[in-house]
Amino acid sequence: MDLIDGHPVLDFSHGEKISFNFDGKTMEGFEGEPIAMALHANGVRVYRNTPEMKRPRGFFCAIGKCSSCFMVVDGVPNVRTCVTPLKRGMKVETQNGRGRVELSCDEASRS
Amino acid sequence: MRELKTDVLVVGGGPAGLSAAASAAGAGANVLIVEGDLHLGGQLVKQSHKFFGSKEEYAGTRGFEIAKILREEIANCEDRVEIMLNTTVSGYYREERVVTAMVGEEEYLRIVPKKIVIASGAQERLIPFPNNDIPGVYGAGAVQTLMNVYGVVPGKRVLMIGAGNIGLIVSYQLMQAGVEVAAILEAMPRIGGYWVHAAKVRRLGVPILLRHSIKRAIGETVVTGAEIYELDDKFNQVGETEVVECDTICLAVGLTPTNELLWQAGCRMKYIPFLCGHVPLRDKCMRTSNEDIWMAGDVSGIEEASAAMIEGRIAGLGAAKALGFNIQDEMFGEYWVRLKNLRAGEVGEKIRAGVLNATVDGWEENA
Repeated sequence: MDLIDGHPVLDFSHGEKISFNFDGKTMEGFEGEPIAMALHANGVRVYRNTPEMKRPRGFFCAIGKCSSCFMVVDGVPNVRTCVTPLKRGMKVETQNGRGRVELSCDEASRS
Repeated sequence: MRELKTDVLVVGGGPAGLSAAASAAGAGANVLIVEGDLHLGGQLVKQSHKFFGSKEEYAGTRGFEIAKILREEIANCEDRVEIMLNTTVSGYYREERVVTAMVGEEEYLRIVPKKIVIASGAQERLIPFPNNDIPGVYGAGAVQTLMNVYGVVPGKRVLMIGAGNIGLIVSYQLMQAGVEVAAILEAMPRIGGYWVHAAKVRRLGVPILLRHSIKRAIGETVVTGAEIYELDDKFNQVGETEVVECDTICLAVGLTPTNELLWQAGCRMKYIPFLCGHVPLRDKCMRTSNEDIWMAGDVSGIEEASAAMIEGRIAGLGAAKALGFNIQDEMFGEYWVRLKNLRAGEVGEKIRAGVLNATVDGWEENA
């Protein structure tokens, strides 16, 4: 991970180092820190591709306000990865387009 | 759907929201703080520089240390303050006076507050240029979050856009984190931020290019450079376009209030350029035209965290007073004096004019 070493003012305290999966690759990150930060530390820059223009998007505001970092997390699309905590074994995927939510027949008939 | 009830709902756990929660709880009210991020403190947590101003407003203390002080104050309010993190307010339903919120990405809940303090803060502005959407073009606040909160290296070589205080401070912080800053561009003919901040980066050899702007970001999928150019008095290009190699373009071109909830609540709004966008009209106690809603901090106009904290104290007292808690009028008076002192002098000129333009003498009851 590309982390800052020997900062003159700040001491960084991280949580437990854990593994997660990004597009089939195993990566390391710190539990409880936002997914987007762990990806950035692992050199990942493209988080999704837009629905119409197929433009790459990544990190932008980091405070859950801009929607640039939407990804598919454990099968759920449009997750704001900059404010969603990383968990052990999480499956994170680049989101292409709007993302799909699979509805079971049960859920579909209820809504 | 889960439903929560509270005396005072505080939307946003930054400097303004925490101060509002502390003063409302101190007066005896039960408070619920709803914060979208994973921690309290808002943007204070990434401010590694020491604050200016007066001692009362934590001058000489680093931003993240001020966040700690506020968090401790909240912790001392014990069971009168409840905190929900990673929870984003998504709507206000005027007829029912119900606020909806989302916990994480999955659970929705209803909150029924008696009074609300909206301290939702601000968001980064974006300037238009081709390719400004590709990865590597980051807001200045986002770069601070990456490097100062989570210790992640944001890039190898950064081009900073904007020589206001944020652009200057973040440039210095990038160098503290071991990142090279290629240059700071500023479209205006002079540096917008304080002289001391500019002097610090100049001493380290970073060029501040006045009358310069970005023409486009270069890169197929991620930023590999930027085209920059010089401007004349009418903001037209003079001379040749130059290429700067960089993997990150950091935008420090200002903030704008996160005001959607106030619009939705039907609060009377006004476009005030000195306050950086549409802001709610307010009385001296920070109450909006909606009799149940107060505001504090950047959502009421972009200003420093020191002012946000005082506004928070005022708004919290205002909400508590409206609930019938015993609040002496002198308590407001003390905060008004502190705000006035903060906004004194040449630096506060625009804020003073903006606030004056946004302030009403009082609201007609039941309006």
